[in-house]
Amino acid sequence: MTDILPFLKSMISVSGLSGHETPIAKIIREKWDTLVDETSISRVGSLHGLKMGSGKSPRPSIMIATHMDAIGMMVSKITDGFLHITNVGGIDVRVLPGAEVTVHASSGDELRGVIVMPAAKLLPEEAGSGALEIHYLLVDTGLTLRAVEKKVRVGDLVSFANEPIELAGDVISGHTLDNRASVAALTVCLEELQNKSHVWDVWAVATVQEETSYLGAYSSAFALRPQIAIAVDGTFAKGPGANGWQTHPLGKGVGLCIGPNMHPFLHTKLKDLADKLEIPWFMDVTPSHSGTDAYPMQTTAEGIPTALVEYPLRYMHTPVEIVAVKDIQRVGRLLAEFIASLEADFVEKIIWE
Amino acid sequence: MPTFGTAQLKLLEKLTNVIAVSGDEGEVRKIVLEEIKPYTDDVQVDAMGNVLATRSGRGAKRIRVMVDAHMDEVGFMIVADDTEGIYRFETVGGIDVRYLVGKQVFVGRERTRGVIGGKPVHLMENDERTRKVPLDTLRIDLGPSGKAKIGDRAGFATQFRRVGPSMMAKSIDDRIGIATLIELLKHAPSNIDLCAAFTVQEEIGLRGAKVAAQYFEPDMAIAVDSTPANDLPVYDGGENMSYNTKLGFGPAIYIADSSTLHDSRLVRFLQETAEAGKIPYQFRQPGGGGTNSGAIQKALTGIPTVSVSVPHRYTHSPVSISRVDDWKNTINLLHAALKKIKPSLIATR
Repeated sequence: MTDILPFLKSMISVSGLSGHETPIAKIIREKWDTLVDETSISRVGSLHGLKMGSGKSPRPSIMIATHMDAIGMMVSKITDGFLHITNVGGIDVRVLPGAEVTVHASSGDELRGVIVMPAAKLLPEEAGSGALEIHYLLVDTGLTLRAVEKKVRVGDLVSFANEPIELAGDVISGHTLDNRASVAALTVCLEELQNKSHVWDVWAVATVQEETSYLGAYSSAFALRPQIAIAVDGTFAKGPGANGWQTHPLGKGVGLCIGPNMHPFLHTKLKDLADKLEIPWFMDVTPSHSGTDAYPMQTTAEGIPTALVEYPLRYMHTPVEIVAVKDIQRVGRLLAEFIASLEADFVEKIIWE
Repeated sequence: MPTFGTAQLKLLEKLTNVIAVSGDEGEVRKIVLEEIKPYTDDVQVDAMGNVLATRSGRGAKRIRVMVDAHMDEVGFMIVADDTEGIYRFETVGGIDVRYLVGKQVFVGRERTRGVIGGKPVHLMENDERTRKVPLDTLRIDLGPSGKAKIGDRAGFATQFRRVGPSMMAKSIDDRIGIATLIELLKHAPSNIDLCAAFTVQEEIGLRGAKVAAQYFEPDMAIAVDSTPANDLPVYDGGENMSYNTKLGFGPAIYIADSSTLHDSRLVRFLQETAEAGKIPYQFRQPGGGGTNSGAIQKALTGIPTVSVSVPHRYTHSPVSISRVDDWKNTINLLHAALKKIKPSLIATR
């Protein structure tokens, strides 16, 4: 198995906030071009990679969706050279004070900045001493008022700037591991498939705007009409403040999710395969909505049998998310083996009871 | 006259990138001792860890002038092992806990990498999202096989950076004072005995400066520190009446703070020196806060003391911002002042 870490790190260092995924799509496309037969960009910006199967045409196809967009911020107003911000996606305001950011300025400059809390004396009493709401926070670029006004416009994007780091025990920490770690897992899968024969066509898809509206998964599933679909995303790893039933040990295996978004037959197949391959896995449950691309794909067109495969991610939606490299590799391997196991008539075998 | 350029910025970069939490100032002490060696007649490391350096002048009628800057910074101490690389910590010095979630840190002398994570926003109850995260729920995470020792210090992993006219770094408070003292020692004028005190434990009660003053027995003292600039917009667009200091307006001369009424002769002397040398300066708004001057002034039979600070924004946070020119002008003002000091300055009130 090749070392996926350098590619994952290179993806973290590139911006691609929801709705603005072009820079990250380019990096992934360069990588996937070496692993699939053709790549293309959907009408809304998702990356499609087709790896053709060995079966007779017309072949059935499986779509694997990994969203490539990231949560972040956007400039909402400029006062005296300081930037006010609003959120893009589900930002936790409590992680923002003191966070180092990149302001993607209209001028083309990437400005370094830091998110700051104005002193209490400069805020209304109702701002309180708790977590400050995002509209009270400011970004300081250290530049003069004149320089900021020349370069920055309302609507410019602001992304987390901290570099990914490796921590002891084969884990990586950084922002946007949700969900670039899934793209890395799908890349591992494509690498594994180089030496495996598979009957089905494989659509590797890096979707846009999962964090805001699932636009990418909806539109790509409709365009590609796969026979089955799998979403790959992070689930909550156990850690400080997270020990409930929704959480799972970090680095100890792959999550196979059940719930209304997932077809039970596919779930069972994945489970049995993981057992056979001795890939450690755990059961994850989502009682109503999985909050992933599994939902939009399942409800596209006439409905698509869908599964959700996960890796545990600690500190989700903070700039210091943690993922175990081993879990990424396990997800990639399980996906590849699952794809290779699909017989030409697999669709007909999908049953309810 | 001290020169100012890349060498000074490199020195500040080195000083702000190392971690020296109050009581564990070794990393800064090492740099200071190395830098000042060629420029001193006597160097002592005292019982508390202060670096006390003297550079004597020449001729008669010299007075002893103590300049002070503190080596320590606010930070953390590891206090308990939760196993699997996760550790409880306490803050050392005044840190707003709202700055902690989602930050990278270095732990211990080995600079082991770690992060302070937070509960996923998805798993929070509604009121949890708006409350301050309590310190006792936060942990430093070194990764599953990471190891630290109880008692290890930790600090933010922020790296120094130049941006336009500014510098972004952690612990500008008070590494910028340390770097300033090093420059002053290098260019010490001969009309005085310069007593440079690189002190410990300022952030937890001005502890090092007190014994440093007792050791030097100076005739007067200048505390060199970094003070907050709250020069940000007011939420409703009104006038900012409590900015404390402003970036870009030069060194901040103290008149009064919570613990000290600064010696009026020295305040006036600094002001006149700045005006004569056309060096920009500002008065820090009188009010709360304080520096080592609070401890030095009260030492022995009383020591005439003044305080000069380089303004910085976002005090005790992972990233502070200062202006390069404010620092340069601080060095220039202090150097010009030291050169002009005569015994008559403090002979009468």
